[in-house]
Amino acid sequence: MSTTAVPEVAVTAVDEGFWTRTRKAGAVLLALGVLAAVLFGALATGQQARFTLSETEGGAALEINGTIGAILFGVIAAAAGAALLAGVPKRWFTLLLGAGLVAFVLSFLCWQVSAAPEGRNFMPLVNVVRGTFILALPLIFGALAGVLCERSGVVNVAIEGQLLMGAFSGALFGSISGSVWVGLVAAAIGGAFISLLLAVFAIRYLVDQVVMGIVLNLLAVGVTGFLYERLMQTDAAKYNSAPRFSNWEIPLLKDIPLIGPALFRGNIFLYLGLLLVLVIHLALFRTRWGLRTRSVGEHPTAADTLGVKVLRLRYRNVIMAGLVAGVGGASYTLALYSFTKNMIGGKGFIALAALIFGRWSPTGALLAALFFGFADQLATYLGAIGSSIPSQFLAMLPYLATILAVAGLVGKVRAPAADGKPYIKG
Amino acid sequence: MEPGEIHALLGENGAGKSTLMNVLYGLYQPDEGEILVDGKPLKLKGPSDAIAAGIGMVHQHFMLVPVFTVAENVMLGAEQVRGPFAGILDRRRARREVAEVSERYNLRVDPDAVIEDLPVGIQQRVEIVKALTRDVDLLILDEPTAVLTPQETEELLTVMRSLKAAGKSIVFITHKLGEVKAIADRITVIRRGKTVGTAEPSASRDELAALMVGRSVRLTVDKKPAEPGKPILEIAGLVVDDDRQVRAVDGIDLTVRAGEVLGVAGVQGNGQTELIEAIMGLRPTLAGTVSLDGEVVNGWSTKKVLRAGVGYVPEDRSVDGLVKEFSVAENLVLDIYDRPPFGKGLSLKPDAIGKSAKERIEQFDIRTSSADAAVGTLSGGNQQKVIVARELSRPLKLFIAAQPTRGVDVGSIEFIHSRVIRERDIGTAVMVVSSELDEVIGLADRIAVMYRGRIIGIVGPDTPREEIGLLMAGITPDTATPTADSPANEDEA
Repeated sequence: MSTTAVPEVAVTAVDEGFWTRTRKAGAVLLALGVLAAVLFGALATGQQARFTLSETEGGAALEINGTIGAILFGVIAAAAGAALLAGVPKRWFTLLLGAGLVAFVLSFLCWQVSAAPEGRNFMPLVNVVRGTFILALPLIFGALAGVLCERSGVVNVAIEGQLLMGAFSGALFGSISGSVWVGLVAAAIGGAFISLLLAVFAIRYLVDQVVMGIVLNLLAVGVTGFLYERLMQTDAAKYNSAPRFSNWEIPLLKDIPLIGPALFRGNIFLYLGLLLVLVIHLALFRTRWGLRTRSVGEHPTAADTLGVKVLRLRYRNVIMAGLVAGVGGASYTLALYSFTKNMIGGKGFIALAALIFGRWSPTGALLAALFFGFADQLATYLGAIGSSIPSQFLAMLPYLATILAVAGLVGKVRAPAADGKPYIKG
Repeated sequence: MEPGEIHALLGENGAGKSTLMNVLYGLYQPDEGEILVDGKPLKLKGPSDAIAAGIGMVHQHFMLVPVFTVAENVMLGAEQVRGPFAGILDRRRARREVAEVSERYNLRVDPDAVIEDLPVGIQQRVEIVKALTRDVDLLILDEPTAVLTPQETEELLTVMRSLKAAGKSIVFITHKLGEVKAIADRITVIRRGKTVGTAEPSASRDELAALMVGRSVRLTVDKKPAEPGKPILEIAGLVVDDDRQVRAVDGIDLTVRAGEVLGVAGVQGNGQTELIEAIMGLRPTLAGTVSLDGEVVNGWSTKKVLRAGVGYVPEDRSVDGLVKEFSVAENLVLDIYDRPPFGKGLSLKPDAIGKSAKERIEQFDIRTSSADAAVGTLSGGNQQKVIVARELSRPLKLFIAAQPTRGVDVGSIEFIHSRVIRERDIGTAVMVVSSELDEVIGLADRIAVMYRGRIIGIVGPDTPREEIGLLMAGITPDTATPTADSPANEDEA
């Protein structure tokens, strides 16, 4: 059959003009690089900035004169920006942008570290990397819960509540039973309980999913807060002293410099979180379940006409999301702290931001979560060396970045088309 | 149904054709009665039962996931899998299967293309491939030509013939008589949920139309010769871009006079939409002027253009023409709700709105259960009548109708056409844009053919169809060669 009759008018190449996305990003990066070289270079002191590969001041370290480092890395960032501006092949885009941003951060660090008081002018990279992962962990679990839910078309604003319920039931049942494993299972069930409520109201009773999510967050805060005060507080030794997972060292891998001590001497949650990212990513894009999940999130009617059970699949995915988020909540109470009222403190919403920043993909969400975790960790570190920058300002950066990202800096952010829309047959 | 038969299901909008087929495909459950396949009653609990019974369906609104590739869409629900948990997609096998089916039935599609990048005609082909990979014996095509260009329709009819040759049965749902006569082996006519007759394809158009609407209809538009007056709409050197900043209207000069119908013909996507939207103030103009009765209206808001005496029937009624959740009465005053007698200050006057709605439902033969019914519950033809009623209820200088009868049944077409001509006869300038060549020829006093953002020729309604068809393809009598690759170097008609 001939296809020549199809009018070609509609498929003329889109001419974006000179200011393509690559060029815009390049211009921004160039400006940032110049700013870094000039401003950070001027502010940095001639003191050495040491980046140690250990947890302390000692040991092997990368060392550079603060002023030189700040200017050098600023210039590198500016060069990457200039290359993007000049026009490079598309496949270089991510690499150059990434390298440029890292150079910008390094320039900033050269200034900050060299400006620290004598004797504190070092940055223990192991601590920073490990801290980044620890702070990112709840975000990773939360964002994965979001991926599972929203890829099948149910908006999950209740991540906060799922994390909190997981943390609570992990602490409670872990304490009562004295077993971390019982605690872990209980945490997963706790998270799933919140998501089951979300599923029933969103899928069966067609309640607005965002409103329902917010209500469930408030419910989780209320219920756990009440039980905390009336139950746990009465006998903390019995009800709020869950055993904790110890760190597992992975042979061989733990001896890799920098990464080994930071990543392969962690607890089960760290390994589980990273494993889940990989598994869910593969499952979503390579398996029958993934194809069906995505089709239901994009065009449920189409899936239904092909015999996919839309509602059943949504129920299943939402409950799985709750299990994952529940385990995420347990990463607090079965590894780090005992339960306190409202201990998630908004991390569930940041996980939601990571989900969007990561464009609804598990690996994207991982990177976004690590970015947020790094900013968090950096704020702590800079506070410790007595930085001149108010820590609140640094704490603000991740959210600023999210707004820019959602506004289109990282390309078109597109949610699954049927996200948040209940499916009504016929 | 017999094997290897093309059976046309003909009926007006709202006659129950699609509902019947949705029952057959298992999407709806029958209240009474049963379906027989090979003499045995069949109980369908869902589409998967229908697929298992060898029934496939191409829906009027395509059931394709826009962000998936062709192969992913085809395999969805019947995935080829491999691997230890029998859950890993075997994309290579899926691609091969798509390639095989498209080879066998001569339905060329690229398995790796993403649906949203494909033209509508190709998407439909994907739908057919999807059904064929499921080994269906009976294929239901629900209004397949409603969204197609004439060329794509031709291709579809060719595909249907080759499927028939391969022994597949096809149910072809439509309300377009020409296509039915061209392809069907047997015709069943449905009206108001009942079979009212079967006919052979040799039956004349008039007979079929009469069966469909239950009375005889005029397929040609009766009209007196036009008496053009002064120019009302004058367009000079108009340049407009489409949504993707691609030049869509490329220097158009056009005049519409009072008391005449100017028809704009052309294959869809040649700038007609953008031209109309620029006139209505819905799209910025980059160069040139649009004047209405001597006054330049470029840059006016749409509201101001409407108030200046322009009536507008948009090309996609469900997106631009109506608020589906609103009642018929509310939709009838969308343009003048804020002016007496319908509104005053901050308040609406429900009594006045309801009274005028009743009158207009009567006048325009809008079939609705009541003036308070949501417009979305009406059939396509009656929705369109609501828009026409609204737009023609004001005194107009210019009436613009884009695809006024797309997806509208024969009875409503006849009615809308007579209204358009009546409007012309009281001295309004009328502009009709349609991708149905018959409609343009029937209504227009002059026909402007658009091709690649330009008016490639203006001809009279008596011009042979073939000549207009050639113009639509970009071939002018003087050049006699397609101007396909060089839209910019043409001399202006």
